[in-house]
Amino acid sequence: MLLIPCPWCGPRDEAEFHYGGQAHVPYPEDPAALTDEEWARYLFFRDNPKGPHPERWSHADGCRRWFNAVRDTSSNEILAVYRAGEPRPVIA
Amino acid sequence: MTPQAFRLPEGGRVSRDEPVGFVFDGVRYQGYRGDTLASALLANGVHMTGTSIKLGRPRGIFSAGVEEPNAVVQIEAPFPEPMLPATTVELFDGLVASGLPGQGRLSADPDPARYDAVHAHCDVLVVGAGPAGLAAAAAAARSGARVVLADDQPELGGSLLGTREVLDGCPAAEWAAEVGRALEAAPEVRVLRRTTVFGYYDDNHLVAVERRTNHLGPLAPAHLSRERVWRIRARRVVLATGAHERSLAFADNDRPAVMLAGSARAYVNRYGAVPGRRAVVFTTNDSAYAAALDLAAAGVEIAAVADTRPERGEWARRAEQAGIEVLTGHAVVGTEGERRIASVTVAPLDGGSPSGAPREVAADLLLVSGGWNPVVHLFSQAGGRLWYDAELGSFVPDSCRQAVDVAGSARGVFHLSGCLADGAAAGRRATEAEGFAVEEPLALPRAAEEPRSPALPVFVVPGPDGAGSATHFVDLQRDVTVADLARATGAGMSSVEHLKRYTTAGTANDQGKTSGVLTSGAIAHLLGVDVGALGTTTYRAPYAPVSFAALAGRDRGVLHDPVRVTALHDRHVALGALFENVGQWKRPWYYPREGEDMAAAVLRECRAAREGVALMDASTLGKIEVRGPDSGIFLDLLYTNMMSTLKVGMIRYGVMCRADGMVFDDGTVIRLAQDRFLMTTTTGNAAAVLDWMEEWLQTEWPHLRVHCTSVTEQWATVALVGPRSREVLGSLAPELAVDNDAFPFMAWRDTAVAGIGARVCRISFSGELAYEINVLPWDAPALWDALLGAGGRLGITPYGTETMHVLRAEKGYPIIGQDTDGTVTPQDLGMGWAVSKKKPDFIGKRSHSRPDTARPDRKHLVGLLPDDPAVLLPEGAHLIDSEVLPAPPVPMLGHVTSSYRSAALGRTFALALVRGGRDRIGERLYAPVGDHVVPVTVASPVLHDPEGTRRDG
Repeated sequence: MLLIPCPWCGPRDEAEFHYGGQAHVPYPEDPAALTDEEWARYLFFRDNPKGPHPERWSHADGCRRWFNAVRDTSSNEILAVYRAGEPRPVIA
Repeated sequence: MTPQAFRLPEGGRVSRDEPVGFVFDGVRYQGYRGDTLASALLANGVHMTGTSIKLGRPRGIFSAGVEEPNAVVQIEAPFPEPMLPATTVELFDGLVASGLPGQGRLSADPDPARYDAVHAHCDVLVVGAGPAGLAAAAAAARSGARVVLADDQPELGGSLLGTREVLDGCPAAEWAAEVGRALEAAPEVRVLRRTTVFGYYDDNHLVAVERRTNHLGPLAPAHLSRERVWRIRARRVVLATGAHERSLAFADNDRPAVMLAGSARAYVNRYGAVPGRRAVVFTTNDSAYAAALDLAAAGVEIAAVADTRPERGEWARRAEQAGIEVLTGHAVVGTEGERRIASVTVAPLDGGSPSGAPREVAADLLLVSGGWNPVVHLFSQAGGRLWYDAELGSFVPDSCRQAVDVAGSARGVFHLSGCLADGAAAGRRATEAEGFAVEEPLALPRAAEEPRSPALPVFVVPGPDGAGSATHFVDLQRDVTVADLARATGAGMSSVEHLKRYTTAGTANDQGKTSGVLTSGAIAHLLGVDVGALGTTTYRAPYAPVSFAALAGRDRGVLHDPVRVTALHDRHVALGALFENVGQWKRPWYYPREGEDMAAAVLRECRAAREGVALMDASTLGKIEVRGPDSGIFLDLLYTNMMSTLKVGMIRYGVMCRADGMVFDDGTVIRLAQDRFLMTTTTGNAAAVLDWMEEWLQTEWPHLRVHCTSVTEQWATVALVGPRSREVLGSLAPELAVDNDAFPFMAWRDTAVAGIGARVCRISFSGELAYEINVLPWDAPALWDALLGAGGRLGITPYGTETMHVLRAEKGYPIIGQDTDGTVTPQDLGMGWAVSKKKPDFIGKRSHSRPDTARPDRKHLVGLLPDDPAVLLPEGAHLIDSEVLPAPPVPMLGHVTSSYRSAALGRTFALALVRGGRDRIGERLYAPVGDHVVPVTVASPVLHDPEGTRRDG
């Protein structure tokens, strides 16, 4: 079980969190202006890297805040956490 | 036979003043407290414990620990438990067990024992209390760090319990006991005995099971949990898990009384039981000599030692001094004997193959040592890599990304002084890494420096034909032989993972502890490759079998999941309601009267709601209060229809979609004030809807000034339904103008009902004139009683969820999650009217114009009327358009989502999702059900009061 450092509460068991998929996939400014293909890309396409991956987590059984984490998908190591709206930190 | 004929007159750690009676395979025996079932059987001369799973070959006790592949037993009493290694079952008075030819049997009776769980946190977790683990724990404890030491044995000491080694001139086990006492006395140390750490997960989360009362048998106190699961989060872990001895693959290496050399040594030293009278020893390394000498000292005749190494080392000279014949450069090439070994055949080795004249040696015991495998299971589960140390002939830990250290024989240090130093250093490193100040280093006791000469790892002793034969076993529990592996490599397989799955080697419940590396070695031998390059299969949790009861802990029966009941639950129970689980809620399903079955009760309840007056508990509907100046904007984005134009005092029905345009939930929204709304959700979806709202507010629209609060349990709700509901409400709410003009459909009013402060909403989920009366939960019973009282002369009838479902289905109101499945749009449900054309955007809007979503032949929600009005279609039945079931693949048009008997219609009916359904109204379709095909006619989903005059009047 991962130990996830919630940026509001500190380290907590993974069981307290909900996973929210890839981070930094903003809801389009004007969905009506998108082509079907562009809209489908927003709906259905996500990255699936081996290595650092920015993703959304919600501390569902804690402070109920959404935040972002960069997790290495090959080692499960959480490299950084940051609050929603903050820019993705540079991982060396 | 004399009782305990194979028990030494003295010695061992068993309590000779506490004799214990037990039964094995129907025979009564005696052992001592401190025995395992295996050691007690050996003390009584019993080696064979059963036959093998596939080939039915006699098998006996092979080891002295958790690695046991053969002696797997069924506990019959005091409580049945299947497939336990006899080497791990502590003996108690009244134990009844039997040998198992393969799988065991679960008890048919419920387990009366308690199981529980503890979460623990520590700075350092030390796994294993042998010399390295004890030194590590002692070193760590000195720093003041929080230390947990877990060991699977009842007594600390690990291998020291089974040897005659000496520390500082005293028996090493005494040192272990002393360190144990000091650790127990230290304030920040927790010592867990009889505790197997079986899983190593991410971020140093380890899970262990502690066997708390199993060893007490029938005397186990009922108030204590039998087993306890420990979920431990450790900053640092020191694995001092020791090593398991492994066997070699030679002909007939599976007979009873073939035993690992170190295990025989443990039986003699720890249990005072000799596993035989005359033994042959077969080894590739030094360790078996110590076993041979200990057995000889205990009076066992050592007929010969066959050592694969051509050199005569210091240990061989010691053995010869003790009068033991040592055959260097020799191997065992066969055994004889049925229920146990009778003789062993040895032969000289030349270039790894037997050559020269074989010699048969009479013996009733064969000790084998093919080397030692560090117990790297947990390290490997943690993500650690292994490398092959050719000198040791073992896979040993390399690096790991987790904060873990390995000490002692678990990393290939196989001598006592080295284990102590290694453990102490690991304990110290762990605490220093966590910032604990360490004073002077731990003073370690002195161990004798024993001579060491390199091992000559051999995995397979080829048979006379040069190839592995069908009795060269690598996995005793799965009956896998070198011949089986040769078939697989012959078929072209070369990966250990493939060979494991093809042959099943290593997949039994011993997890291949004695067979894994031997299998790799045998495969390497067959393929002519280096075993280090070949590698091992992946080690996975659990390290040892864990009972489901332990994993479930207290989460059984009523504690399995929280049960939610409404403020009116006692009233429903008193009225004889049967209950239905909806999410975690208990909801009244129907209220049968004397002699009524479900169908009769539901028809009666439906009739009351349609013809008179009825009431139901609607408290479980999810309720979310939405507040803030931007609430209207937010709800406009959330719902498909317009909510910001709703007037205070009024109510609107709304549908929510996901971004893909599919229906997610529905419910009503009432406007309490300009900046304040109260919305309802489907009972089972309340938490998901609140999560959904928070997700959008926090991640996409943080600029919106809106707050959402769950108020589901702050309100109790009673639906008062039926043409005569207005009379009942009017009689109880003198301040409320109840006429249709003053209080129209989809309006709400705050008033007093039966003197209770209430919010009355004119909402209908039945299609009848209806009111939902919301009060504080503690007022709900009084409201319920008042409504029953006031409606009594009108025959007011309580109804449950089944009637609610029938009533709503007659009106074509869908239940999200029953009539929809995540592939259904509002338009598919015929709710295009609830989808705003005016709003620039809402969640899902863009998807409604995707080509697939806008297709005209999507599945639509329609009504179905079976031609035979008495036939009730099963929910889930598929629909086709031909009277005769065509050959597969059958073209499916859709399926039945809801199906009921209707009192109002006087017949059965159903709702269904049907391809292009709205264009098929009036068409005949067919539902294949069992052996026959049921003809149905497609209808509008609204089968009752399509004009809505009953609801709105």
